[in-house]
Amino acid sequence: MFKRLLIANRGEIACRIMRTARRMGIETVAVYSDADRDALFVREADRAVRIGAAPARESYLRIDAVVEAAVKSGADSIHPGYGFLAENADFAAAVQGAGCTFIGPSAEAIRAMGSKIEAKRIVAAAGTPVVPGYLGGQDGAVLATEAAKIGFPILIKASAGGGGKGMRVVRNADEFGTALAAARREAMAAFGDDAVLLEKYLTAPKHIEVQILADSFGHTLHLFERDCSVQRRHQKVIEEAPAPTVTAAQRASMGEAAVRAAAAINYVGAGTIEFISEGAAFYFMEMNTRLQVEHPVTEAIVGLDLVEWQLRVAAGERLPFAQEDLAVRGHAIEARVYAENPRRKFLPSTGPLPHVKFPSGVRVDTGVSSGGEVTMHYDPMIAKVIAHGDDRAQAIRALRAALGECEIAGVEHNVSFLRNVLGDAAFIDGSYDTGLIEARGAALIPSADPRCALAAALLVVLCRSEDSVWQRGDAFRVNQTARQPVNLRHGVTSIAIEVEQVGAGYRLYVDAAVVAATGVTLEEQTLRARFDDEMYACTVLRDTDAVYVMRAGATEKFLLPSKDAALLEGAVSDGRVVAPMPGQIIAVQAMIGTRVRRDQPILVLEAMKMEHTLVAPIDGTLEALSLAVGDRVVEGAELFRIAALS
Amino acid sequence: MTRLATKVDPNDVGFVANELHHRKLAAALRALAAQVALGGDERSRARHIERGKLLPRQRIDRLLDPGAAFLEIGQLAGHELYDDAVPSGGIVTGIGRVSGRECVIVVNDATVKGGTYYPITVKKHLRAQEIALENALPCIYLVDSGGAFLPMQDQVFPDKDHFGRIFYNQANLSARGIPQIAVVMGSCTAGGAYVPAMCDEAIIVRNQGTIFLGGPPLVKAATGEDVDAESLGGGDVHARISGVADYLAANDAHALDIAREIVAHGGVTYRNSVTRIDSVSPAYPAEQLYGVLPRDTRTPYDVREVIARLVDGSAFHEFKPLYATTLVTGFAHIEGMPVAIVANNGILFSESALKGAHFVQLADRRGVPLLFLQNITGFMVGRKYENAGIAKDGAKMVTAVACARVPKFTVVIGGSFGAGNYAMCGRAYGARMLWTWPNARISVMGGEQAAHVLATVRRDGAAARGETWPEAEQRDFMDGIRSAYDSQGHPYYSSARLWDDGVIDPIDTRRVLALALSVACREPVDRGDARFGIFRM
Repeated sequence: MFKRLLIANRGEIACRIMRTARRMGIETVAVYSDADRDALFVREADRAVRIGAAPARESYLRIDAVVEAAVKSGADSIHPGYGFLAENADFAAAVQGAGCTFIGPSAEAIRAMGSKIEAKRIVAAAGTPVVPGYLGGQDGAVLATEAAKIGFPILIKASAGGGGKGMRVVRNADEFGTALAAARREAMAAFGDDAVLLEKYLTAPKHIEVQILADSFGHTLHLFERDCSVQRRHQKVIEEAPAPTVTAAQRASMGEAAVRAAAAINYVGAGTIEFISEGAAFYFMEMNTRLQVEHPVTEAIVGLDLVEWQLRVAAGERLPFAQEDLAVRGHAIEARVYAENPRRKFLPSTGPLPHVKFPSGVRVDTGVSSGGEVTMHYDPMIAKVIAHGDDRAQAIRALRAALGECEIAGVEHNVSFLRNVLGDAAFIDGSYDTGLIEARGAALIPSADPRCALAAALLVVLCRSEDSVWQRGDAFRVNQTARQPVNLRHGVTSIAIEVEQVGAGYRLYVDAAVVAATGVTLEEQTLRARFDDEMYACTVLRDTDAVYVMRAGATEKFLLPSKDAALLEGAVSDGRVVAPMPGQIIAVQAMIGTRVRRDQPILVLEAMKMEHTLVAPIDGTLEALSLAVGDRVVEGAELFRIAALS
Repeated sequence: MTRLATKVDPNDVGFVANELHHRKLAAALRALAAQVALGGDERSRARHIERGKLLPRQRIDRLLDPGAAFLEIGQLAGHELYDDAVPSGGIVTGIGRVSGRECVIVVNDATVKGGTYYPITVKKHLRAQEIALENALPCIYLVDSGGAFLPMQDQVFPDKDHFGRIFYNQANLSARGIPQIAVVMGSCTAGGAYVPAMCDEAIIVRNQGTIFLGGPPLVKAATGEDVDAESLGGGDVHARISGVADYLAANDAHALDIAREIVAHGGVTYRNSVTRIDSVSPAYPAEQLYGVLPRDTRTPYDVREVIARLVDGSAFHEFKPLYATTLVTGFAHIEGMPVAIVANNGILFSESALKGAHFVQLADRRGVPLLFLQNITGFMVGRKYENAGIAKDGAKMVTAVACARVPKFTVVIGGSFGAGNYAMCGRAYGARMLWTWPNARISVMGGEQAAHVLATVRRDGAAARGETWPEAEQRDFMDGIRSAYDSQGHPYYSSARLWDDGVIDPIDTRRVLALALSVACREPVDRGDARFGIFRM
């Protein structure tokens, strides 16, 4: 067995691989970029080597740096994880060349599966079904005949194309002629080539993939399938094993097809054959010659540690079990927690994580802890939460409950969105396909509980310090009760709440409504209150410029007003910009009458051998700019004026 | 230390009757405070709000740290003082926490006669500056005032403690390193212009705050120049051209945010010079004070019942417990801060005065702040006492109190009559703060005694002239004296004239004292060089 394993990856997968290595008595070496200097996986490794700057191509994608780190640290093996260099044949070869063992298949196997066309050819030859299609002569009649052979609906695609140009879905033979003509016109216009190809079109496809495990003695097994159809823009969101709609017979035939495909390239190690499936039919899409993100669901149902077996077969061990020894135990579902904002088109969100708490009782694979960070440089996944139940219903319930216990503050995240997906009828009955999220649209986007703002306001005024009698959180007033204003900013919405102390409780004034809050307590990070006699509890966090309210997996962030002062700074400008000193205009960068943003450069003034860029002091319309390049101005001369938008 | 035992029974009929009585007084106080807190009349307030301005107390709420206390000073100033209603004297003052630092806050109320300065307004402003000086507290002035109240110019303009003293104080406070910050949120006309101009840093609200020595009408009259207020002395003028203001704000809230920033970057943070220990609540609930206090100030009760409801753990280390029992002296803590308590428990005799003088010196030497709980009808009178020299013993106590340099605090918890007021650190004796309970009575002597004394003098005069004074006239005369003393002895009458820093609900006393104590000990007391006047032996 290996003595020292270098993990050529970061984040949760690096942590996960190290966990198994440590259990097996293998020392671990982490490699890290400048952005990950303080990351969890660096701290957990036995040793760590810096390999470059934050951008991946200057660190995690640098074959030379990673191999050098392995040589320098005396590692005898390298695990690539997923992504980065995991499916890079040159990397596998370089590792081998440096005298280390690459935990994965041979460079040849990676190369064979790296080309989609080549991969399809190989697996088709091995008897694994591929998506029926036609690529050949362009005669209209031939194409029509081939289309009928494939069976409608079919997809016409531009051979040279991409981006949907020259693509047409054809539902039946009657539409074929017109659709073909249109596709050809578009293809010609877009690519200068009107050649097309035909492919079977699946209307409600499922993404089903089969886990493969092979040793170097020719034993190839499959560890059943996973359904990864819950996707958003081809990004997997929720994965489960086994697939809810796959029958035992299908399972066996898919498994065998996957084993044949892997065996065809003498595959060694863990790999995944991805199929696209509709009804009973399934077609090969591609093979991933590495560990998958979603491997934990398979581990849960077969009771094997895939990383352990990757290491063991790489070390030359023989698989001690046969296909018949493997059985599905219960059901497992994984949800990927991402730093992204579902309310803003899933825009990635990055930044520090002052507070992170994950549920207990389920498997959580993560690369962050409280005080960590989601950086802009890499994938914004925060964690994978995996629940395992006796049956699917139990697994769904467990996962939903576990996600409800997640507390993540600092970045926007998708936990509530994930819980909504798990509660969707089509997900629950298993009938969903890859179009689920798009079809549901706004229905899955979580809305904020209005009580969160009330809790945030209470947290603000409960500001208490044992050190000072002035700061007891009760807003003491002589012979009066305080009515404290709390201004919060939630996304783009401003919320003004007045908190009035009433005996031991509070009255909260929000717009026209009044809410009574009684039994308000704040212990550690738990805020409890009865809002109009309804019990409410949440986890709260006060940061320098914001408060976070966390409940049932959701996090609502409220910015505090002092931060808003900065936004107001612009409001004190009169929009006039005068020359700070005499000089010459050397550039004009905006047009009169156009809308400009605050801080947008308008003019460049050269004076005293320096170039001064004069920017718009406020948002508005550029007015009164009569200067041109070459004009000389005196100190105090009005250069331009911005009229504020009313 | 011993925990004081209580002898009162909350189920006793007398206790319940007392409680009812004092709860009513407290409720009336709160009702009056609520009325006063509104400020000017409804029309003035509506006009103020229409201009996008916050009301004075809203400005304070926004300026303070969330959840922090505000110790208002002189809440009832001006109450029934003039023909016009001048709620809170037209100016709200107090100590509040801004960006983690305690500051004196002075806020003009433009809804009360345009925020102009009545005599009581000036007095209150100066009192706030005095508190800032004694406690080394930064000053934040939220200015919105038309300057002196012209109909009373002779009572606000030229004297030592008139308007000019405000700027004199600003200069000298600033010289002592006590930050002076102005937020111009309305007019600063004529003399008022000097409030921001004399400050270390000034903020002005655009299209709202103005600073000028002469407003547009005066300019027109003097020079014929036509000019609007904004171009004469508005925010843009002062922040961009004149440099009279340092920061330009878009509105009230923005201006207050800038003020908070200024305080946050204010440099020195004071630390309490007394050691604070962990504090525990009193062993008995504060609400029981209502039942402990007799309904009539003339009814004696044990003042230790009050102390037991003010101090940490009701623990009291009594000094000379067996000697001169009409004055209770001893050490305790309030919110972990040490205090030396001097409390009346009956009339003052020679030995009570000696004990008091001794204890005050003790506290002064040890640097322990003094707390006087005043409930005093006066010094004992009569031949025996005068012949024994009660005057010189009383003088010893007055000397000790006058010269003690530790912070002193006084709460008038009952009667405050005659020289007893002086010996127990009345307003003239430099208490850092002086508070009054709603049941208190303050006058040179009791109304009854005064009526008798004055009636005797008059009767004797009549007799000397050989005249008789009809019984009925004598009764009317005495009733008149009694009722005059009654109304003038009332705590609201006192507070309206700023003879105290406010009337407080007895149950808030511990909190108010804790707030006051916490800012009083920030500069160490020099104990090495104690100096007292001659003690007449």
